[in-house]
Amino acid sequence: MSIQYKSIAELKTMLNNNEISNAELIKETFSLVKSNAEINAFITLNDEESINKANKLDDCPSSGSLAGIPIAQKDLFCTKDLKTTCGSNMLSNFIPPYSATVVKNLENAGCISIGKTNMDEFAMGSSNETSFYGKVQNPWGKNLVPGGSSGGAAAAVAAGIVPAASGTDTGGSIRQPASLCGVTGIKPTYGRISRWGMIAFASSLDQAGPIARTAEDCATLLNEMCSHDEKDTTSLNEDIPDFTENLNSPINGLKIGIVKEFDLSKLDNEVVKVFEESKKHYESLGAEFIEISLPNISLSVPTYYVVAPAECSSNLSRFDGVKFGKRCESPKNLEELYIKTRSEGFGDEVKRRILIGSYVLSAGFYDAYYKKAQQVRRLIKNDFDSAFKSVDIIMSPTTRGPAFEVGSKGDDPIQMYLEDLFTIPANLAGLPAMSIPNGIIDNKPIGLQLIGNFLDESRLLQAAHNFQISTDWHLKTPTGIKS
Amino acid sequence: MSWETVIGLEIHVQLSTDSKLFSGGSTSFGAEPNTHVDLIDLGLPGVLPVANRGAFHKAIRFGLATNAKINQTSTFDRKNYFYPDLPKGYQITQMALPIVGKGSIKIEVDGEEKIINITRAHLEEDAGKSIHDLFDGETGVDLNRAGTPLLEIVSEPEIANAREAVAYFKAIRQIVTFLDICDGNMAQGSMRCDVNVSVKKSDDTELGTRAEIKNINSFKFIEKAINFEIDRQIRILESGDSVVQETRLYDSVKNETRSMRSKEEANDYRYFPCPDLLPVVISDNELKEIKDNLPELPDEKEKRYVEELNLDLSEAKIIASSKTMASMFEGACAKTNDSKLVANWLVGDISALLNKENIDIDESNLTSDNFAKLIERISDKTISGKIAKSVLEEIWETSNDVDEIIESKGLVQIQDESLLETIAQTVIDNNPSQVDAFKGGKDKLFGFFVGQVMKETQGKANPQSVNKILKRLLS
Repeated sequence: MSIQYKSIAELKTMLNNNEISNAELIKETFSLVKSNAEINAFITLNDEESINKANKLDDCPSSGSLAGIPIAQKDLFCTKDLKTTCGSNMLSNFIPPYSATVVKNLENAGCISIGKTNMDEFAMGSSNETSFYGKVQNPWGKNLVPGGSSGGAAAAVAAGIVPAASGTDTGGSIRQPASLCGVTGIKPTYGRISRWGMIAFASSLDQAGPIARTAEDCATLLNEMCSHDEKDTTSLNEDIPDFTENLNSPINGLKIGIVKEFDLSKLDNEVVKVFEESKKHYESLGAEFIEISLPNISLSVPTYYVVAPAECSSNLSRFDGVKFGKRCESPKNLEELYIKTRSEGFGDEVKRRILIGSYVLSAGFYDAYYKKAQQVRRLIKNDFDSAFKSVDIIMSPTTRGPAFEVGSKGDDPIQMYLEDLFTIPANLAGLPAMSIPNGIIDNKPIGLQLIGNFLDESRLLQAAHNFQISTDWHLKTPTGIKS
Repeated sequence: MSWETVIGLEIHVQLSTDSKLFSGGSTSFGAEPNTHVDLIDLGLPGVLPVANRGAFHKAIRFGLATNAKINQTSTFDRKNYFYPDLPKGYQITQMALPIVGKGSIKIEVDGEEKIINITRAHLEEDAGKSIHDLFDGETGVDLNRAGTPLLEIVSEPEIANAREAVAYFKAIRQIVTFLDICDGNMAQGSMRCDVNVSVKKSDDTELGTRAEIKNINSFKFIEKAINFEIDRQIRILESGDSVVQETRLYDSVKNETRSMRSKEEANDYRYFPCPDLLPVVISDNELKEIKDNLPELPDEKEKRYVEELNLDLSEAKIIASSKTMASMFEGACAKTNDSKLVANWLVGDISALLNKENIDIDESNLTSDNFAKLIERISDKTISGKIAKSVLEEIWETSNDVDEIIESKGLVQIQDESLLETIAQTVIDNNPSQVDAFKGGKDKLFGFFVGQVMKETQGKANPQSVNKILKRLLS
């Protein structure tokens, strides 16, 4: 019996009914990795340890809620004794001495981390084209990008290699690739999941989350991934509900906000049509739609492209060739050590953002850019706060369209930055948001974005699950994937 | 027209917390290089800082002791610059909202008191150390110190000369040691300072261009560096040139300051709020508890010693000015009633011994128990003051118990007046010519007879009794 495209729930049943052993599951997973190597979803595989773990589970079963489930970890999470590159040449030799809290949480629940997924370098990119380790193919088309930055994660799930992958989302890095690869992903409220061990891109925006085949699986994963962590002072000390509890409750009377300022008329007809069909479907499930206004939302992208590069320029300063990571060959002096190491270690997009960030933080420009951006960010957050007084969730397309061709936006960073138009606001406001597959355009999947109120992941997951048990977009699989 | 100097000091005080400002790494001094470095101190990818509340409490103690405003909400910022001993490429500091706001401290120079205002005191992490002289053509980095909590205390530019600067530094050192927030050890770098110096014509209303002299860690060097710098700047101005705003280093060997970098070369530190740390909020209760447990400070001690224990002001000042001296004084007073005698001995013989050996009282063999016993034995006349000196010297060498020393050396004072009278009579009988001279008006010879009696008794005779008896016998 094939394990490909199985959800966590299905694999758990197979394991519990002894239809497959833990070792067989892991071995088959690696055989899927190998047969689909051209997707290039993985940077590093953890085969030996994974098989050992699976054998152990066969000998001595575990009661963990995710016991034996193979999971792919984004290569931005530190994994003890397992190379962690963050998609960069800078960390091509970096083997962390510790594991991220979220990795530990998943492994404590019994997950087997089978490898590290490819990603845009330091999570900066929306197409996975900035990875030092090569582009990732979208399983839906060899020449299509999988989105980014969690492109390897979304592609591995979309190809049915693993039922789930960890991702991170700073401006849409879970939701956008989920949309482009036809899978489900959620970025919880900022602070729900500890950032300890996540290599920082933009600390005030970065948030981990799961990518899986279904909202139900995402709920199961979130139950384990979320925790209050004393090692991360921005981690929330709030009760963590059982996210699976309300999944099946009907959504009669759910008030869904449609953002007036998201001008859908600029999108392709097909994209609008898919979105309108989903609205109709939600109406059939008992939801009602209310137009809301987020007056400052149009400032999201420029705000983001001040805040995120500023934080990144500082966060990436530690990569200097002195203590860990890459060091250039025989520098003549200290300045050359810095310049050569960083010139060779970082790719163009990372350099571009470090430059932008250094500029907006520099003396004389700080007030005009960084400080102003923080003020606008506050306004955007206030807009959401008022909106959530009248609606339960907010809905929009996740992306402006389905997956685009490799190289098609390569020369124009602004076009690439606009990819995250719909996803960035939730990061700026720290709100939970997810993407679920809701249509296929020209044989390419596309996703629907649901944004929730602060800490209200349960309602998002409930709305998504209700959609998924009454539609089959999340069950569609690409053709041409090797089994 | 005379020149006027304006000086401001930035003093870095290493707080005596067990762990670092943002990690559990140890802060102890002198370990093998890079052995007190945890993941956070190393700035590994993915690590996050967690603020050490103990460091905040220590900073607040300083604020309260200098009548400063305490900011119950304070924030952290990043100061970005590249240096090999700065592992993250930025230092976490408090730029926008420091824990301690405006305060002040009293200094004294030549008996004149002056108030120096303190602009602010903020928490920040120390960097590691670059070691340039250990490897040929290469630089080593020791990160043991990286992340150690520092309190940077910034004065207003109100210091008028090198001696005031030293007095200010000493006053800060006294307060931080009394508060037990810093060991005050300057040789180990627990206190260092940057000095901003400028000169201007006396009637100029605007400050002159300043130079900042970095990282000085001794009283002597502060004084010398400032005096050198004042002369240098005056020379420049008098020759018609202008002073360049720059950072300078003091070379103690050549006794000169040298340019390190000018304003044009200065880093743009690109400060911004540290997104990894939430504002630190100190509750009213927390603040009250710190206030209630604040130790008594030198000024308060001095006042109490004079008013309640009847000490002379000069003695009270000496004892109260040093934490270890005050604690020896108070420890001994708790066990004996004669606090004036305790003070006399501390300021007199004990200080002399300390000065001679150039050590602090807590480095000596004297304990408050043994010291109190010594005072008791003097008060109850078991030993004379003179004998007590030799007992003190014995304690100094061996740290033996006072009573054991007295007993084993047979030093108990002779109080028996009939015995003393017999001895005195023998002395008189054996020195007829001196007796004649004394009686003939050579009063000074009285001391000779006292000395002889003391010699006969190996110094154990009660001197008051000897005086009394000799006066009677020689009249």
